[in-house]
Amino acid sequence: MKSLEELKAIREKMQAQISLRNEESATTRVVVGMATCGIASGARPVLTTLSDAVQKKGLSNIMVTQTGCIGLCQFEPIVEVIEAGKEKVTYVKMNPEKALEVVERHLIRGQVITEYTIQNYIK
Amino acid sequence: MYRSHVLVCGGTGCTSSGSKEILAALQNEIENVGLKDEVCVVQTGCHGLCALGPIMLIYPEGTFYSMVKLEDVPEIVSEHLLKGRIVKRLLYTETVSEDGVKSLEETDFYKKQHRIALRNCGVINPEKIDEYIGTRGYEALGKVLTEMTPDQVIQTLLDSGLRGRGGGGFPTGLKWKLAKQNDADQKYVCCNADEGDPGAFMDRSVLEGDPHVVLEAMAIAGYAIGANQGYIYVRAEYPIAVERLQIAIEQAREYNLLGKNIFGTGFDFDIGLRLGAGAFVCGEETALMTSIEGNRGEPRPRPPFPAQKGLFQKPTILNNVETYANIPQIILNGPEWFASMGTEKSKGTKVFALGGKIKNTGLVEIPMGTTLREVIEEIGGGIPNGKKFKAAQTGGPSGGCIPAEHFDIPIDYDNLISIGSMMGSGGLIVMDEDNCMVDIAKFFLQFTVDESCGKCTPCRIGTKRLYELLDKITKGQGTLEDLDKMEELCYYIKNNSLCGLGQTAPNPVLSTLRYFRDEYIAHVVDKKCPAGVCKALLSYTIDADKCKGCTLCARNCPAGAIEGVVREPHVIHQDKCVKCGACMEKCKFGAISKK
Repeated sequence: MKSLEELKAIREKMQAQISLRNEESATTRVVVGMATCGIASGARPVLTTLSDAVQKKGLSNIMVTQTGCIGLCQFEPIVEVIEAGKEKVTYVKMNPEKALEVVERHLIRGQVITEYTIQNYIK
Repeated sequence: MYRSHVLVCGGTGCTSSGSKEILAALQNEIENVGLKDEVCVVQTGCHGLCALGPIMLIYPEGTFYSMVKLEDVPEIVSEHLLKGRIVKRLLYTETVSEDGVKSLEETDFYKKQHRIALRNCGVINPEKIDEYIGTRGYEALGKVLTEMTPDQVIQTLLDSGLRGRGGGGFPTGLKWKLAKQNDADQKYVCCNADEGDPGAFMDRSVLEGDPHVVLEAMAIAGYAIGANQGYIYVRAEYPIAVERLQIAIEQAREYNLLGKNIFGTGFDFDIGLRLGAGAFVCGEETALMTSIEGNRGEPRPRPPFPAQKGLFQKPTILNNVETYANIPQIILNGPEWFASMGTEKSKGTKVFALGGKIKNTGLVEIPMGTTLREVIEEIGGGIPNGKKFKAAQTGGPSGGCIPAEHFDIPIDYDNLISIGSMMGSGGLIVMDEDNCMVDIAKFFLQFTVDESCGKCTPCRIGTKRLYELLDKITKGQGTLEDLDKMEELCYYIKNNSLCGLGQTAPNPVLSTLRYFRDEYIAHVVDKKCPAGVCKALLSYTIDADKCKGCTLCARNCPAGAIEGVVREPHVIHQDKCVKCGACMEKCKFGAISKK
């Protein structure tokens, strides 16, 4: 290590990871259904994609976590976005590509992608 | 990138209850189910809740599992990590509420705590320098070396109001200022990690949980006073702390955060480890330095003070582990931030090791000025088994007892001294109605008699004589004149001893005499020990009305002191009784009582 810049580079790299260990900063929770039904229909890559993207982009206010079966097994993989003071958004039949879109459009820019939400499937 | 972090406590408390095996099993299991690239397992330092170890924390959920057993590991992996279902039966009960799981910060134990010195303990892996850097580690050193002059560093500390956390409470900035003023070809920075008070383990936890913070702060100290060499004097009885310090020093050297030309500023600083062999007196500053020099650890007269002639006769500063642990945060957040916490003359926070008759034994960090009541009843969870609080002992063998009447006193340096105790390094031992205060005083005196180095007479002979008087009282042979004699001897020892060990050794006696004189008088005049601790003053008797003559007590008496025939009341022969209490424990009818 020769300079402060190198220290800063390590810090930024590590900070993204360690911020996972801080509950307080999370204002938005992204929950992936990871019961047997979810895993069977491919929730795992969705979860890892979301988790990676959120950490890489340094979205320290967002917590990506998992939950059990929500009871809508035919719509798995399901991703819920829960923001304080807002209505819960439920995305269904997700895959890693759609998940990345959710990060880009919903989590970063705040636009709900209505065509992926459950309302679009049960009419 | 990992989606989940599993933190397993690797402090001494949890290690002794099996956290190492749990860590290994967890890694193994995670690999077996193919989660190795998704879940990272981190061994951390102490979380403070040692009574409930081994402890495991899973993020991002922040799930806090306590008393985890090896058998629980497969369930945690398959349920929580794989399927996202929290294993409810392992949750720390305080985090379970009616409407789900509470966050750890909301529990009674953590709610009132404010973690500065312990901020990384239980959060980062102490064996990875990158994790420390990730929490702004070594940034304070960078700031000091590139943006501040040594005088500015010292002024920052003076403004913060930080006082030595080793017990004495000397202003840290002033200590550094004095050392800086003395010109010399060589100066030294030392760290006192020879934590020896019975019941104190906060320094150990910092070293085990966040060793780099000490290294960083020592380098800052080196820059401030003009030293290029540091020594950490750590007890050999802390093997985990020693090992993590060694790893930390090597990693810091690799990154050139220790060594030559740090951050390219031309500042050199390196640190060596010195292991203490277990003498309590080596926690005294001059004895510690004598020991580092390779001599027998005995104190030397002051002046000259270490800031003038310390280690190897060169200007030296010596600070405690916890003091150092505060410094990088003060540099980064500014002295006003630190000074905004605490009381008028005691700023910041203090770490206490809670022990004795208390529910949550462990480590807590609280703002100065928190009352004893809050610490014991709220954070500590109160006294177990419905017993009544009698006193709290602070400062170990140098401190004194705080009785219930001072339960609401805000804890800081000056308040504790004014009521005859002292902050000490931060051990806090809670005592209930079953503790005999004369016996407690005797226990601490026994400790100082053993640990007196023998160099000066008042301490060597005085503590021994004091102990003998206490022993006489606990045997029921004391007189009221003995109490006066003891007091006189206490002041003589205090005023004439060479070092802090002797000067403070009588404190446990003086403070118990002050607040619990009635207990001494009960021993002397009534020949009774009110708490039922001092064996010589106890007698066990059998209530003939309650005794069914089952013979159980007689069969269990190791001294053969109980006589009687079946179905007839038994009798204890007092001359043979060794007062072990085995009969009382065994009796199914509650027929045996002690007085």
